[in-house]
Amino acid sequence: MSRHESSRPEPGQPVTRNTDAHHELSIRVRDLSLWYGQSQALKNINIDVYQKNITALIGPSGCGKSTFLRCLNRMNDLIPSVRIEGLVEMDGRDVNAAKMDEVALRRRVGMVFQKPNPFPKSIYDNVVYAPRMHDLVSRKPEQDELVEKALRDAGLWEEVKDKLHQPGTSLSGGQQQRLCIARAIAVQPDVILMDEPTSALDPISTATIEDLMDKLKQQFTIITVTHNMQQAARVADYTAFFHLGEIIEYNDTRTMFANPATKKAEDYITGRYG
Amino acid sequence: MSQSFDDISAQLRRRHRQSSRLKWISMGALGLAGLFLVLFFADMLNKGLPAFQQTYVEVELTYNEDATRMGRAAMEPEDAKIVSRSFERLIPGMLRDDPDLLGTTETRWVLANGEVDQYLKGNRNKLSEAERQAVDEKVESGQVALKFNTTFFTEGDSKMSERAGIMAAAVGTVMTMLVTLAIAFPIGVMTAVYLEEFAPDNRLTQIIEININNLAAIPSILFGLLGLAIFINFFGVPRSSPLVGGMTLALMTLPVIIIATRTALRSVPDSIRHAAFGVGCSRWQVVRDHVLPLAMPGIMTGSIIGLAQAMGETAPLIIVGMVAFIPDVGASFTQAATVLPAQVFTWAGEPEQAFVEKTAGGILVLLAILIFLNATAVVLRKKFERRW
Repeated sequence: MSRHESSRPEPGQPVTRNTDAHHELSIRVRDLSLWYGQSQALKNINIDVYQKNITALIGPSGCGKSTFLRCLNRMNDLIPSVRIEGLVEMDGRDVNAAKMDEVALRRRVGMVFQKPNPFPKSIYDNVVYAPRMHDLVSRKPEQDELVEKALRDAGLWEEVKDKLHQPGTSLSGGQQQRLCIARAIAVQPDVILMDEPTSALDPISTATIEDLMDKLKQQFTIITVTHNMQQAARVADYTAFFHLGEIIEYNDTRTMFANPATKKAEDYITGRYG
Repeated sequence: MSQSFDDISAQLRRRHRQSSRLKWISMGALGLAGLFLVLFFADMLNKGLPAFQQTYVEVELTYNEDATRMGRAAMEPEDAKIVSRSFERLIPGMLRDDPDLLGTTETRWVLANGEVDQYLKGNRNKLSEAERQAVDEKVESGQVALKFNTTFFTEGDSKMSERAGIMAAAVGTVMTMLVTLAIAFPIGVMTAVYLEEFAPDNRLTQIIEININNLAAIPSILFGLLGLAIFINFFGVPRSSPLVGGMTLALMTLPVIIIATRTALRSVPDSIRHAAFGVGCSRWQVVRDHVLPLAMPGIMTGSIIGLAQAMGETAPLIIVGMVAFIPDVGASFTQAATVLPAQVFTWAGEPEQAFVEKTAGGILVLLAILIFLNATAVVLRKKFERRW
């Protein structure tokens, strides 16, 4: 079987270029290592994430894919024992630099979590809270407009337009997750991080979210962690395979699934371990 | 070798007996606790309910010249024997305030003295045989009767049992609790917010935490000594005042509020904090907009229970001088005042028979307020309980 290892390009770039996707750089990661206390969770991660694509991070449990995702909006700052080395660069700026404000970073890099976690407020307030906080809108008509746009983009408007003032927690799981997506896109970020966004949902809600991700990539760069290889194959333009804190293979999704370059990735994709 | 059902049943019988024995023992313990509670309440109600009634006499008052100097002169001599001396002493003042009364007569119901009151209630009293007969006659003719005791709820303390009331103590309690709340609530909540949401987990914060927990277990009288040494002697806060009492009780309530607030903050799921950080909230916005509103019911419940505990406290207030004879309803935070449990304590030390019922009556009022506060805490908790 032929391998691509001989043609490996610059560190951090996919093995083969997907020729029909955008190739503008969004986030550049070089030699990123992360420790929880003494134990190293990420080892020399190199990856270039491209704008307006979906990049999926796959790999067995505990391989560091969620940890890596949280490095991109500095959510790991909340864990006191974490130590980070290396470069995460966005817009030419090191996001871990002392003068980078993590609030500004999270304003441009939104996040959707594994379990739907709407605020225990109304649907309307869930969406409008962050834009109001960041002073993006102030007058009531602007707010209404923004809420409608965000909910429409999240594919939730038709379902909730008559009950905007009911609590967000009263929705079904799949609707709650789309509300969380609406909340994330309401501040018009550049990047949306999704940490296993469908793992708590039923297959129909999962399909709805996958369709939604496909639409959203026209506006946003999406990086998603998933446990579900079929999902990565279905939605992602690029896929990075993590194993024991390292990126073993990073490739465009079609190549990754059809013709993986490494034995480990192939074994994982074909279901020999996971 | 396998066991038959009969073998297993034989072993099980012993285990079942054991568990049923334990069940009966624990039910017995519960029953005993319930019995003590019922006995306590029955005794308090039995002793205290008479305090809500007081004997009144219908007398004819002739406001003559002598009465301006000595109130007694306005009454028939035999009436004067059974009317409260506290009322006699009011007559000269009444005439001074309203000179038009002079030369008129009126018939009105006035407080009877404590001995007559105790006689009517069937308690031990110092009335002579002849006096008892005279009172009996007046009861027959409807000129002496037990009525609802408004005095108990409108007056301060008095050395004359029939005039002693809890109003001064109740107002003192309210003012003291206001001071306690105003100091302990903001400091306690903000301390808990800092420790729970901002502080790094290091040796120093661990020591602070341990000591806050220890503080909650310190005998309350030590807080009284602290109040005396620091607030009164060092800062010169007026002694016996609701201000110093409230400050002292605030010290005692602080650890309770801090611990309750931390528990409430900890019960807010991290997913809410992550969601808030995820949309770009600063740490303070996370706390103010998301965590605190969700924790508020728990904080309120804890604070109300802490306040109820402080309200029932007497020991530290003895040291700062709030256990005192206070006949007037206080008007400012720096005047001498007393509080309900201290009033009960004062009455419990009075030698007259009539103060037994006042003591129990005071306890009933205090209990009613505490039950009301605790019920409020339960209702708040139920009403704002949130499920995730």
